[in-house]
Amino acid sequence: MGEREIAIVSFAEVIVERSDRDDCELLLPVLKRALGDVGLTQQDIGFTVSGSSDFLGGRPFAFVMATDVLGAWPPIRESHVEMDGAFALYEAWVRLQHGDLDTALVFAFGRPSQGPLHDVMSLQLDPYYMAPLRPDALSLGALAARAALDAGLTSEDELARIAGERRGVPTSTSEPYLREPLRAHATPTLRDGAAAIVLAAGDGARALSKRPAWIRGLDHRIEPHSLGARSLTRSVSTEQAARGAGALGFGADVAELHARFAHEEPLLSRALELPASTRVNPSGGALAQDPVMVTGLCRLGHAARAVHEGAARAIAHATSGPCLQQNLVCTLEAR
Amino acid sequence: MSGPVTRFKSPVRFVFDVPAGPTVSRFLAAVAEGRLFGQRCPTCAKVYVPPKVACPRCGDPLSPEQLPVKETGTVTSFCVVNVPYEGQTMKLPYVYASILLDGADIPFPHLVDAEPADVRMGLRVRATWSDALGPTLESIRAFVPTGEPDAPFDAYKEHL
Repeated sequence: MGEREIAIVSFAEVIVERSDRDDCELLLPVLKRALGDVGLTQQDIGFTVSGSSDFLGGRPFAFVMATDVLGAWPPIRESHVEMDGAFALYEAWVRLQHGDLDTALVFAFGRPSQGPLHDVMSLQLDPYYMAPLRPDALSLGALAARAALDAGLTSEDELARIAGERRGVPTSTSEPYLREPLRAHATPTLRDGAAAIVLAAGDGARALSKRPAWIRGLDHRIEPHSLGARSLTRSVSTEQAARGAGALGFGADVAELHARFAHEEPLLSRALELPASTRVNPSGGALAQDPVMVTGLCRLGHAARAVHEGAARAIAHATSGPCLQQNLVCTLEAR
Repeated sequence: MSGPVTRFKSPVRFVFDVPAGPTVSRFLAAVAEGRLFGQRCPTCAKVYVPPKVACPRCGDPLSPEQLPVKETGTVTSFCVVNVPYEGQTMKLPYVYASILLDGADIPFPHLVDAEPADVRMGLRVRATWSDALGPTLESIRAFVPTGEPDAPFDAYKEHL
């Protein structure tokens, strides 16, 4: 492929129900832990990139404030995406492919507890036809869930079973609907959180980690913005990203999927052609804990951790936009 | 009903509840009592007023010790505001300045209540407190000139 060997060598996260800390206070221990676990400091990092959204706190340039905790002096190479941190990791991976830098720090932070998150997310819809109707994120999830049910891709019983397994609590179809056909158990559990990942190239990764999680492939694709212009029952962008990342037939032991709603799990599993032998979301995923803007990066972190701890192969998936508009797929392996 | 639609209304209103966090909370609680303090970076020894979570230079958390700082300081830079906008409490034209408190290493921005023509780099100023104290830097009404001789440039050139 001619691609440079790059691995996830460290991962740290903090997820709480509701943080009374500001972004810097939330981030500081996570960054120190991700770097400290592999004996690095910020001065050892070639490229730093973060993912977050100022819309969560209604404050502009929150991500600039967050650089306070980096120790960015002398000035560092730094970047930011107004997306989940998983997409920041993609930028870091591309940047390391240039060959002149050997390490990258990727981090993300999000505190949806600061505002009406599901309503705020309506602002990402097209401003002329959809946003003025203010459909909240739960309603759009329910819209796609209805399409999946009617297409026979899943059932309300299966949604309750998936939700129960991920959340680790009993669930039942006798619970009331939150947004029909979705019950609360099939929707994300909003959390505040932060996470950080360290990437390293080649022998540098081998020196930092006994068992690096090597990135075999990484790809992401986007579909049309309008919900009417794409299929809600087949994730074509996930299929394409899966092909690009080498996920089809990869035989992963574990797949960490960024499924915010229970019906998205069977949809994504199908797009990734996951065999029954692949364990899906042993971490619990977004149904158990959804630190918005961090959740996707955590999927990469948990998939990497599975490899660090003995898995041969793992798949991580992250999404952005309403109803799985854009999808990122990463294949990780031990070597 | 004919003719092009050039604009339409789509009102948006969201309410956010942003926690101050322990670091800011401690400082604003002191301000509400008419008191200022600084915190030192354990690595580079710089004193920050207001305190930050971490030293932006070193990335290390500041020492928790509350260091007393004076209410006097030096204008290290300033601008004259001539344009009205929402939220202003001063009559135009007024001065917005970077002020280095005695005992601090990093200046912070605040208002200077003086004739704009009289404000200059090195001007010595003192905080005047508002009658109504609260957990906000508005508790300092403005800084006013002390009448002391100007601070020499060398005294603040490392803090610009």
